[in-house]
Amino acid sequence: MTTAVPAPAPADVAAGRPVRTPERRPVQRFSVGRTLRYAILLFSLVIVLIPVYVLVVTSFKGPGDASAARAWALPQLWTTENWVTAWQTLSPAIWRSVQMVVPASIISAFLGSMNGFVLSRWSFRGANIVFTLILFGMFIPYQAVMIPLLQLLLGLDIPSGIPSLILVHVIYGIPITTLIFRNYYESVPKELIEAARVDGAGMLRTYFSVVLPISVPSFVVVLIWQFTSAWNDFLFAVFFSSSQNGPVTLALNNLANGALLQNYGVSMSGALLASLPTLLVYIILGKYFIGGLMSGSVKG
Amino acid sequence: MAVFVYGFIALNFQTSFTDSHTAQQANGVAPSAFVGLENYFALLGSEAFQHSLKNLVLYTAVFLVGTMVIGFVWAWILERPTKGEGFFRSVYLFPMAVSFIASGVVWRWLLNSNQGESALGLNRLFQIVGLDFLQNPWWNNVTWGIAAIAIPAIWQLSGYVMALFLAGFRGIPDELREAGRIDGASEWQLYRHVIFPQLSPVALSALIIIGHMSLKAFDLIMSISKPSNYQTKVPAVDMFVFKSSYDYANAAAVGSILLIIVAVLIIPYLVHTSRKEGGR
Repeated sequence: MTTAVPAPAPADVAAGRPVRTPERRPVQRFSVGRTLRYAILLFSLVIVLIPVYVLVVTSFKGPGDASAARAWALPQLWTTENWVTAWQTLSPAIWRSVQMVVPASIISAFLGSMNGFVLSRWSFRGANIVFTLILFGMFIPYQAVMIPLLQLLLGLDIPSGIPSLILVHVIYGIPITTLIFRNYYESVPKELIEAARVDGAGMLRTYFSVVLPISVPSFVVVLIWQFTSAWNDFLFAVFFSSSQNGPVTLALNNLANGALLQNYGVSMSGALLASLPTLLVYIILGKYFIGGLMSGSVKG
Repeated sequence: MAVFVYGFIALNFQTSFTDSHTAQQANGVAPSAFVGLENYFALLGSEAFQHSLKNLVLYTAVFLVGTMVIGFVWAWILERPTKGEGFFRSVYLFPMAVSFIASGVVWRWLLNSNQGESALGLNRLFQIVGLDFLQNPWWNNVTWGIAAIAIPAIWQLSGYVMALFLAGFRGIPDELREAGRIDGASEWQLYRHVIFPQLSPVALSALIIIGHMSLKAFDLIMSISKPSNYQTKVPAVDMFVFKSSYDYANAAAVGSILLIIVAVLIIPYLVHTSRKEGGR
């Protein structure tokens, strides 16, 4: 029962609205509209969190607890058994995902930043057309390039699994990373780069000594974006890797649909494990994560 | 990059014009011949593929309407001063960080089609709260099953649409509202005539993004249903099935059909935005 200091802390909300009704303050009178709004918000909250409840609760249930009648109940006996099994099954794939996602995001971020720089500041004839073509590259359904890509990777003898996937994520990450960097560089004062040019720096020199140091915020956004999208990717994973050498999404899918078919406890622990990295990114770097989502939306 | 995108698109069309339907041909052991548009005619004429296209349309419709309406309502509510805004926003947005495969695991359970005694998931929940009539076979329904798969998709992306709209709301200068108020507009009139029209570019972007995601729908269906399930197949899944049986020609043709659908929808939008850019 503390006097509430205006701070939009989650605890505030968890406490719910009714807590803050000091009797003699006519400040916010009761209104149907307001109540309705909060009702909608809270109702949505419950709906959105239902799957989370299910995931967490089921993941701690022992086999005896799994009966249909108790589907929505809390575990009778909390057990970490499922987590151990899931970790044993998934950990190699999680490690492979790390090996795939880290280089893929770093390389595509660098390529994107160079592209973006060239497109926004070193105007050349047709830059706009090139830009539009790149944009469209972001929208193409990958299904339309899959067969040739498959043939190429086979033809070049690039080992299936992580090496192929790194290559693929780098290539098809370029459109979006280019777009994010380009939009960022558009907002950088022209004078900065002009100055470098006047001082006699060439394109590469300008890039490395002037542009790169100021690109940090964009790098953060791009790395987050690439990290999450490569980590969560399943389409390429299922085309270019197998359960022995694939990333965690593939392994999880096999786990959930495979031999342990009815063992929801294990697959749910697995799903939580496989989502931890991206959830951590979301929680720790939330602000930038949203920034990344926004840049992912196209607005010329 | 141009090679990997546009070169491959061309190659893909080329493959789709051949009769490469077997593993030998896919590996280059057996020759394949040019057959023109034959694969396309065969595909579009087949009842199974038409079902996929129908599913795709239905899925897109449910997904689009769902995310747009929910995302917009959330943004509209949160746009006004709201206690705990940040908290609501974060919770609504977080499903976006999870992969479709991971969320598919839990949704497969929630959308379990068992009813009555052995009911699990939502069906069981409906039973508990006494809404038994809401029980249904979810994605096992041949016609409407695909709409059930759109539910998790809505769950994942409504928050994203909300974020887009919220950014749109915040982008509207306060002076505009002030001016409206001074002119004696009621809150509702203000929204109706001043604020909403300003949001149409955001709405368009959101439509484009969600729409093109839905055309590529694949992960969720693979993880909730199975690739070979007739009820829930869409072209992207067909493509995978063709590829798995080394029927590269048909796989490529499906890919091309998807590309054409996306292009028809996206190119006008891109041209529109790039014009606007150029004019600036």
